Amino acid sequence: MTRKTHVTATVNGDTVEYLCDPRETLLDVLRDRLNLTGAKEGCGTGDCGACSVTLDGRLVCSCLVLGVEAEGKQIETVEGLSDGDILHPLQQKFIEHAALQCGVCTPGVLVAAKSLLEKNPDPTETEVRYWLAGNLCRCTGYDKIIRAVMDTAADLREAS
Amino acid sequence: MDYHTPASFDEAVSLATSASGITRFLAGGTDVLVQLRADIVTPDTLIDIKHIPGVRDITQNADGSWTIGVAAPGAEMSEHPQLGQDWPGVVEGMDLIGSTQVQGRATLVGNLCNASPAADSVPAMVAAGATVTVTGPDGTRTVAVEDIPTAPGRTSLAKGEMISAVNLPARGENAGDAYLRFIPRTEMDIAVVGCGVNLRLDGDTIVEARVSLGAVAPTVLLVQECADAIIGTTLDEAALDKLAEAASAACNPITDKRGTIKFRTHVAGVLAKRTAQIAYDRAKGASK
Repeated sequence: MTRKTHVTATVNGDTVEYLCDPRETLLDVLRDRLNLTGAKEGCGTGDCGACSVTLDGRLVCSCLVLGVEAEGKQIETVEGLSDGDILHPLQQKFIEHAALQCGVCTPGVLVAAKSLLEKNPDPTETEVRYWLAGNLCRCTGYDKIIRAVMDTAADLREAS
Repeated sequence: MDYHTPASFDEAVSLATSASGITRFLAGGTDVLVQLRADIVTPDTLIDIKHIPGVRDITQNADGSWTIGVAAPGAEMSEHPQLGQDWPGVVEGMDLIGSTQVQGRATLVGNLCNASPAADSVPAMVAAGATVTVTGPDGTRTVAVEDIPTAPGRTSLAKGEMISAVNLPARGENAGDAYLRFIPRTEMDIAVVGCGVNLRLDGDTIVEARVSLGAVAPTVLLVQECADAIIGTTLDEAALDKLAEAASAACNPITDKRGTIKFRTHVAGVLAKRTAQIAYDRAKGASK
């Protein structure tokens, strides 16, 4: 029996505390201890991107981060995208463009796309496709996803 | 599994030296956590080195050389405003590994110590003449990158030893490097063949060169015959053909689902020519 470690982190702006086994991933912690089930486990090996979150502003797969590594870190998940009932522009555009079918990849795609637009508000289609290459969609909805992200970027540029 | 967050390399080495069972160092975790998850390697002792001061730093030293921290992720190398001006091949080699998400965590040293013959950053570092600082129970020593991997999944590091920095030489004038890999798609794949070239010119003539190959032997190769084929030339057609011949001759690959022995041997020659041309153009001042 491994000793559990006490961790304090910030998730979507809220301070959270949890006890976790060193072997637990950040994804396990988010889903099973903090009840934030937006991040999904697809592959568990960093290939599919369904568990994407940001860690101190950097896009990562939460299945490739240990829960104990989050000590003192800022984590943003898909649950932090909307402002209460007001959807984030990306979420709104994903609905308008029907950029999801089964929805398992969607939380990871949204977090990854938000991270891209913060870094690059005017990405080319190629840049969007490369940035999202680590987010797999098995419903083959890539074109709609790319169009939704490009359209959001255009709207956000107009608004700013 | 015991999890440790040492505050210095000495403390990390002392933990690793006294640990029993399987010990792993954790930086980006993009290999360590995959192996843990797949039950390939479950460490008894996991030493997270990211709390050691300076491990994420990318620093240019007074003599123009670079020191890259052992926990600096690929994304920070790509975003660095000057590193890619000096060593575009090294930055590109690292950047080819995995997705945006993986780039947020993966490190040069992790790629090196995972010791895959197909590691993309390793041929680029070998061509660049990079060294690593190894810290162990008996102090520190400097080791050429090509002397770290000894076989697939194996390194020359002894128990208790760890890499504590990556060192890239000063770029200097009239020089350039490049790295190319062949994969059957455009992104998110593992090299079928990789090639790194680093060269220096005097006028139009190559006076120094280092050529490396990945994924065509049990370890990344530094191929002197390839360098000899282009040193003293202006990288004309004849020199490129000799380079390709030397690269193919150096191959000792396996056949697997990514490529056959024959295919890898041929592609090594083709890639060596293309990579050398990019490095040459960069040395001539083409935009990096």
